[in-house]
Amino acid sequence: MAKKKTEQKKWPEKWHELNPGCMVFAAGNAANYKTGSWKSQRPLWDNAKCIKCGICYIFCPEGCIQETQDGFYEANLDYCKGCGICAHECWPGAIVMREEEE
Amino acid sequence: MGKRVGMEVAIAAAEAVALCNIDVAAVYPITPQSHIAEHMADIIHDGRIDAEFITVESEHSAISACAGASAAGARAYTATSSQGLMLMHEILPIVSAMRLPICMANANRAVSGPLNIWNDHTDIMPQRDSGWISLFVENGQEAIDLSIMSFKIAEDPEVMLPCVVNIDGFQLTHMIEPLELPSQAEVAKFLPPRKAFAQLHPDNPISMGCFAMPDTYTETVKAKEVALRAAKKVVTKVFGEWAKRFGRKYSVVETYRAKDADTLMLTMGSMGETAATAVDELRKAGRKVGLVKLRLWRPFPVEEFKAAVQGCKTLIVMDRAISTGGAGGPVATDVKSLLYGDKKKPRVLNVIAGLGGRDLTVGDFVAMFDLAKKKKDETFELYGVRE
Amino acid sequence: MNQVQNFEIFAPKLVDRKEYFSAGHRACQGCGEVLALRHILKALGDDVVVANATGCMEIISSGYPQSAWEVPYVHVAFENAAAVGSGVEAALKALRRKGRIADRNVKTIAVAGDGGTCDIGLQALSGAMERGHDMIFFCLDNEAYMNTGIQRSSATPFMAATTTSPAGHAIPGQRTQKKNVPEIMVAHKVPYVATACPSYPLDLINKVKKAAAVKGPAYVHVFSMCPTGWRCASEITIKMGRLVVETGVFPLYEVENGKYRLTMEVPEKLRPVGDYLKPQGRFRHLTPSDVEKIQEYVNREWEILLNKVECMQPW
Ligand SMILES: Cc1ncc(C[n+]2csc(CCOP(=O)(O)OP(=O)(O)O)c2C)c(N)n1
Ligand code: SF4
Ligand code: SF4
Ligand code: SF4
Ligand SMILES: [Mg+2]
Repeated sequence: MAKKKTEQKKWPEKWHELNPGCMVFAAGNAANYKTGSWKSQRPLWDNAKCIKCGICYIFCPEGCIQETQDGFYEANLDYCKGCGICAHECWPGAIVMREEEE
Repeated sequence: MGKRVGMEVAIAAAEAVALCNIDVAAVYPITPQSHIAEHMADIIHDGRIDAEFITVESEHSAISACAGASAAGARAYTATSSQGLMLMHEILPIVSAMRLPICMANANRAVSGPLNIWNDHTDIMPQRDSGWISLFVENGQEAIDLSIMSFKIAEDPEVMLPCVVNIDGFQLTHMIEPLELPSQAEVAKFLPPRKAFAQLHPDNPISMGCFAMPDTYTETVKAKEVALRAAKKVVTKVFGEWAKRFGRKYSVVETYRAKDADTLMLTMGSMGETAATAVDELRKAGRKVGLVKLRLWRPFPVEEFKAAVQGCKTLIVMDRAISTGGAGGPVATDVKSLLYGDKKKPRVLNVIAGLGGRDLTVGDFVAMFDLAKKKKDETFELYGVRE
Repeated sequence: MNQVQNFEIFAPKLVDRKEYFSAGHRACQGCGEVLALRHILKALGDDVVVANATGCMEIISSGYPQSAWEVPYVHVAFENAAAVGSGVEAALKALRRKGRIADRNVKTIAVAGDGGTCDIGLQALSGAMERGHDMIFFCLDNEAYMNTGIQRSSATPFMAATTTSPAGHAIPGQRTQKKNVPEIMVAHKVPYVATACPSYPLDLINKVKKAAAVKGPAYVHVFSMCPTGWRCASEITIKMGRLVVETGVFPLYEVENGKYRLTMEVPEKLRPVGDYLKPQGRFRHLTPSDVEKIQEYVNREWEILLNKVECMQPW
C-alpha cells in the first residue's frame, strides 16, 4: 500500500535542497495544491432527491466527491473546480450548480 | 588474475560489460558498434549472464528503455555510434538530469552527411553539454577497464550520472589486440550489484522526471553542474582503486615526455598512441616536444590539465571534429577559454584532422607539428585538405 | 433528465474507492482525459509502474515539487513512453528474477496522448508491442495535441478545426480521416486490444482489468473528452462521450486474439452524427453537406467494424 508521506519542505528550494533528479518522494502531494479556487460555481446537494447511486462520485474528474457516513455524497470544495459534471449527470436532479459569490 | 586473450576490441568491450552484472541491455546495431550489440546478444542468448536484452527498434528507444530500466533500479547498458548517438541526443540530457547512471559505449564515427561510417569525434561533440561523464580510451585494454569502471563511477552515490566510454570506431573497435580480461570474481568484488538511490516500485511510489518551472529550472542546472564537476573526484578515486586491484594505472589527464617540453600536443582517444610515436621521432630530431592526453573529456579536468601544460610555450590541440562556422575544434575551443584568464599561458594552436576515417600516421603528426609551428595567427588549420 | 437510462450498469459500489491520482492535479474543468486516467488507475490498483509521455496528463500531474501520482511514475519525453515502459518492464523482470525486488507481479503501463501514440510515439509503440513486453499501453485520445495548444494530430477527426487545421476559407479544418491505431495494434497481433471511453466507466474498468490479466502486451485506446480543445461546455463532458459512442463515431469494442466483439449496445440504427458534432466549437463551421459526408463515412466504418465482428476468427 502506498503510504502517504507529507513531504513538507520549505519553498522555494535552494539548488542543493532539490531532490536529486527532481524526484518527488511524497506520493500524491499534489493534494497540497487546492484547485477549489478555480471554480466560479459550486455544486449543491439536495439529499431529499438523492438515490445514492454514486454516479456523481464516479464521474467527477477531480475525484473530490466522497460518500458521507449516511451514504449520501458531497464534494470537497477545496478541490472542486466547478465543472458541473456531477449536476449534469445526476439524473434525479439532486445537484444544482450555484454561482460563487464574489 | 584475469586471462590474457587475443580479441577484437568491440567483442572485448561486450565481454567486459558482461562481467558487470548488468540487468538490462538495450542496444541497436550500427557500424562500427555492431559487434558490441551482436556479442552482447550472444552472451545473453547463451545464458552466460542473467540480464534482459531489449532488441529495441531504434537508438532513441535504446536510451529510453535504459532510462526506464535505470529508473526501475536496474544496471542498464547501451552502445551506439554516430547517427545512433545523434538519434539519442534528445534523451541524453534528460537522463543526466534524472540522475540515472546508465553506461554506454560509443564507437566514435563521423556523422552524416555525407554518410561516412569511419572514425572521428563528430558524433560525441554535439553531446558534449548533455551532462554525461565522457571518457576516451586509447587502446583495447582501456576499453575493457574503463567499461567496467564506468559503472562504478556512474553509480557512486556522489555522482549518479550517466557515463559514455568513447572507443574510436574501426581504429579501435575492429582491432584485434592482446588483452587482459579480469575474472568474474575480481570484478564482482570491485563492482557489487547496483544499489539505486531510488527506484520505481509500488513499495515506495515515487515520481521521476517531473518538470520544473522557471522558479526551479536554474537550480536544477546548478545541481547537475555541481554533480558533474564533483564526478572528477570519483573518477580519480575509482582509477586508484582499479590500479590497486588490477595493477593498471589511469589518470584523468595523461602526459608523455612532457616534463621539459616547450611544445605539447594534445589528443583524445586512439590517436594518442600514434602521437606518442611522433613525439619520439621529433625528440630524436632534437625538438622539445611532449604529449598530453585527455582521458576525461567531461567533466573537463581543469586543474589537472592546467598542471600538465604548465610551463610549455606552445600547445597544439589536435581535434577530430569541427564546430562548423565557429572558433575551430571543440577541444581547442574549450582549452582556449579555460586558459584565457591565466597570466602565464601557452600559445594555443589548433589542428583539425582525421575526419571521416582519414588515417593519421606518425608522419602526419610530425607534419601537423611543423604546420602549427609555422603559423603566424591563431586560426585553426584543417589538416590534409586537398586545395 | 434521462441520459442515464441504464444507470444500474454503473454499479459504482463495485468501483475501488481508493484514489490513485490525487485531487490537486491541474487538468481543466471537466477534463475527460484525467477522468479516464482516474478509472484506469482504479482498475489496476497499487501494483503498477506508470511510464507517461509528455502531454496534458504529464503537465497537469507532475510539476516539481508536487505529484498527483500515488503509484510509481516516470516521465522522460514525448515520443518514448512505450520504450521507457519497455525498460521498466525488463528491469522489473530482471530484478525480480535476481531477488533484488519483492517476488510479486507488478504491471508496467505506458500512458500517452494521441500525439504520443499515433504520431511521434508510433514507432516506439510498434517496437514495444512487437517485442511482446508485459505491458499495457494506454492511448488517451482527445483528438489533438492539447497540451501545446490544440494542434491537429493524425487522430483528429475529419474537418475538425484545430490551431494547425483551422477552419479556413480554402481548407475547412482537418483534411484527413482519423488514423485507426487499434487496427494497427491488431495487425501487431497484440493479444488484447480494446477501445473505451470514461463515459462508460465499468466497461473501461473491465477492459483495463482484462488487459492487465494478459501476460504480454495489451493496448487500450481510450476516447478522452476534452472540453477545452473541442470548445464545448465542461458539464457535458460525459454526455459527449456517450454521444460519440451512440453515433458510432467511436464504437466500443475489444479484440481478443484477433476476435472482434462489440462491447456496446448495438442499436438498430445509429444516432445521427449531427447530435455529436453540434455541441462542439471545433465543428461549428460544418455545413449540412459536410455533416452528411461525415455521416456517410461513419456508416461505412461502422459496417466494416460489424463485418469484422462477424467474420474475424481468433488466431
Ligand atoms: C520531440 C518533441 N516534440 C514536440 C514536443 C511538444 N509537445 C509536447 S506535448 C505535445 C502534444 C501532446 O499531445 P498528445 O500526445 O495528444 O497529448 P495531450 O496533451 O493532447 O493529452 C507536443 C507537441 C515535445 N515535447 N517533444
Ligand atoms: S448522482 Fe445524484 S442521485 Fe446519484 S448519488 Fe450523486 S447526488 Fe445522489
Ligand atoms: S462540479 Fe465538477 S469538480 Fe466539482 S464536484 Fe462536481 S464533478 Fe467534481
Ligand atoms: S486541454 Fe483537454 S485533455 Fe488537456 S487538461 Fe484540459 S481538458 Fe484535459
Ligand atoms: Mg491529445
